[in-house]
Amino acid sequence: MEKTVNHRAWFLVLPVLLLVAFSAVIPLMTVVNYSFQDTFGNNEFFWAGLEWFQQMLNSERMWNALGRQLMFSGIILAIEIPLGIFVALNMPKSGFWSSFCLVLMSLPLLIPWNVVGTIWQIFGRIDIGLLGYTLDMIGIDYNYTQNALAAWVTIIVMDVWHWTSLVALLAFAGLKSIPDAFYQAAKIDQASRWKVFRYIELPKMMGVLMIAILLRFMDSFMIYTEPFVVTGGGPGNTTTLLSIDLVKMALGQFDLGPAAAFSLMYFLVILLISWVFYTVMTNLDKREG
Amino acid sequence: MADVTVNQNAARGLSLPRVNSRAVVMALYLLFLLLPIYWLLNMSLKTNTEILNEFTLVPRDLTFANYATILTDPAWYMGYVNSLIYVTMNTVISLSVALPAAYAFSRYHFMGDKHLFFWLLTNRMAPPAVFALPFFQLYSSVGLFDTHIAVALAHCLFNVPLAVWILEGFMRGVPKEIDETAYIDGYSFGGFFVKIFTPLISSGIGVAAFFCFMFSWVELLLSRTLTTVDAKPIAAIMTRTQGASGIDWGVLAAAGVLTIVPGALVIWFVRNYIAKGFALGRV
Repeated sequence: MEKTVNHRAWFLVLPVLLLVAFSAVIPLMTVVNYSFQDTFGNNEFFWAGLEWFQQMLNSERMWNALGRQLMFSGIILAIEIPLGIFVALNMPKSGFWSSFCLVLMSLPLLIPWNVVGTIWQIFGRIDIGLLGYTLDMIGIDYNYTQNALAAWVTIIVMDVWHWTSLVALLAFAGLKSIPDAFYQAAKIDQASRWKVFRYIELPKMMGVLMIAILLRFMDSFMIYTEPFVVTGGGPGNTTTLLSIDLVKMALGQFDLGPAAAFSLMYFLVILLISWVFYTVMTNLDKREG
Repeated sequence: MADVTVNQNAARGLSLPRVNSRAVVMALYLLFLLLPIYWLLNMSLKTNTEILNEFTLVPRDLTFANYATILTDPAWYMGYVNSLIYVTMNTVISLSVALPAAYAFSRYHFMGDKHLFFWLLTNRMAPPAVFALPFFQLYSSVGLFDTHIAVALAHCLFNVPLAVWILEGFMRGVPKEIDETAYIDGYSFGGFFVKIFTPLISSGIGVAAFFCFMFSWVELLLSRTLTTVDAKPIAAIMTRTQGASGIDWGVLAAAGVLTIVPGALVIWFVRNYIAKGFALGRV
C-alpha cells in the first residue's frame, strides 16, 4: 500500500513512546548507571569505569553460562526445526481434522511457563511421574535432580514439547500458501516426494522458517522459568543458563555492578540478533509486497 | 505382468499407506503433547496417599478435594484474582496505546518511523532477566511495588510492541480508500476510527488482545519480582509452595490445571491466528 508522508502521525505514536520509555528506557538507564559504578553500601556510588566489564569478560562463570546457553539453543533448534517441518508435512490440510490438530497442538503454547516446568517436574520424577517411573522400571538410570545428563535431557525434551508446535504451525502456514498448480506440475513431471519437498515446499516455506528459527533462537536464549522450576539450575551448575545465572547474581547476591555489566552484554547480543531478525523480515515483506 | 506390479505398487504407495502413515505420525505427536498434560490432570484428581503410595494410570478414588482446597482458600484463589487483574489491566493499556500507533505505522511515513518500529521490536526481544532488578528499584522508588498496576506496566515492555506489530499486520490489509471515502463523507478522524475502522479490524483486535492476555498470563519472572503479598500472582504462589518440606502434589497439580483453563477456553476461536500472533503478525 502506498503510504503518504505525514509527520503529524507522531502524535498517534506518542502514547506508545511514552509508555515504553517509562517501562524500558528508564530501567535500562539504571542498568547502564550501575555497570559503571561501584559502591560500599549506604547508597554512595563512585565511578568504576570499565572495571565490571573487564571482570565479567574474564569471569569463567559467565563464559560457562554462555557455553551452556549456546549448547541449549543449538540442540533445541536442531531438534525442533526438522521435527516441526516433519509434523507440518503430515498435518491434515483442511477440514475438521485440521482444526482438531491445530487446537491440540497449540495447547502447550498457551500453558504458563512455570506450569510447563511443574508438569515436567512431576512427569519426570521416578516415584510419581509417568516418564521417570517407566524409565526406572526399564532399568535406565534416570534422576534429573542428581544426574546432569538426565537433567539436560529433561529440559531439552521439555522445550521440544513446549515449542515444536510453534515451528509446526508456522511451517503449516507456509505450506498452505502453496497453490495446487505447483503440485500438479510436479506430478506431471513425475517428481519424487523428496524432490517435491526440496524444490517446491522448502523454498516456499523459507520465509516462515526464518521467522521460526529466529523466534526460537531468541526465546530459548532468554529462557528462565521452565528450567528454573524443573532443575533450579542444578545439579550443581550444570543447567544454569544465562538468565538463571543473571537473576542469581542480581537478585540473589545483589552484585549490582557485575550483574549490570552482564545484563548489558547479554542485551547487546540479543539486539544484534533482533537486528538480523528485522532485516530478514523486512526483506521478506518487500519480496512479497 | 510387469504393468500389474507397477500398478499395485503405485496404488499401495499412493492411497492406503500414505494416509495411514500421516495419521500415525500425527497421533504419535499429539500423544507426546497430551501425555504430560494428562498426567497433571490425573494427579490433580487423586488423593496424596494414592499419589505417593501407588502408581495408578487412572485415579482409583476420584476426588475433587484438591480443587476444593484451592477454590476455598484465599491464599490460593487470590493468586488467580491477582493474575486476572493485572493481566486485564495490561491488555487494556497495551491495546489502547497500540491502536493509534499501529494505525500511524500502517498508513503514514513520518520522521524516524522505521527506527521507531525496530526499537519497539527490540523491547519484545529484551530478556526479562535483564529488567528484573531495575524494575524492582523503579517501582519501589515510585511507591508502586506490590501493586497490580506495576506488573501491568512492566508487562507492557513486551506486550505493547507485540500489539503494535499484530495490529499493524491486520490494518495493512484494510484498503486505504476506505479512510479517504470516510473523510469525504465528513467523518472526523475520531469518528472514522471508532465507527468505521475499528469494526473492520475487530478480528485483529481480538487476536492482539488474546496474545497480550496470554503473554502476560504465562510470564513469571517479572510478576514474581514485583510482588510480595497483595498482588502475588498464581504462578509465584505455585513455585513457593514447592519449596516447602512436604509438597502437596495433588493441590499443586490442581493449581496447574486451573492455569491452563483460560487458554483452553478460547483456543478454538483463535486457532487460525496462533502462528500469526507468535510471529508478531508476520505470517
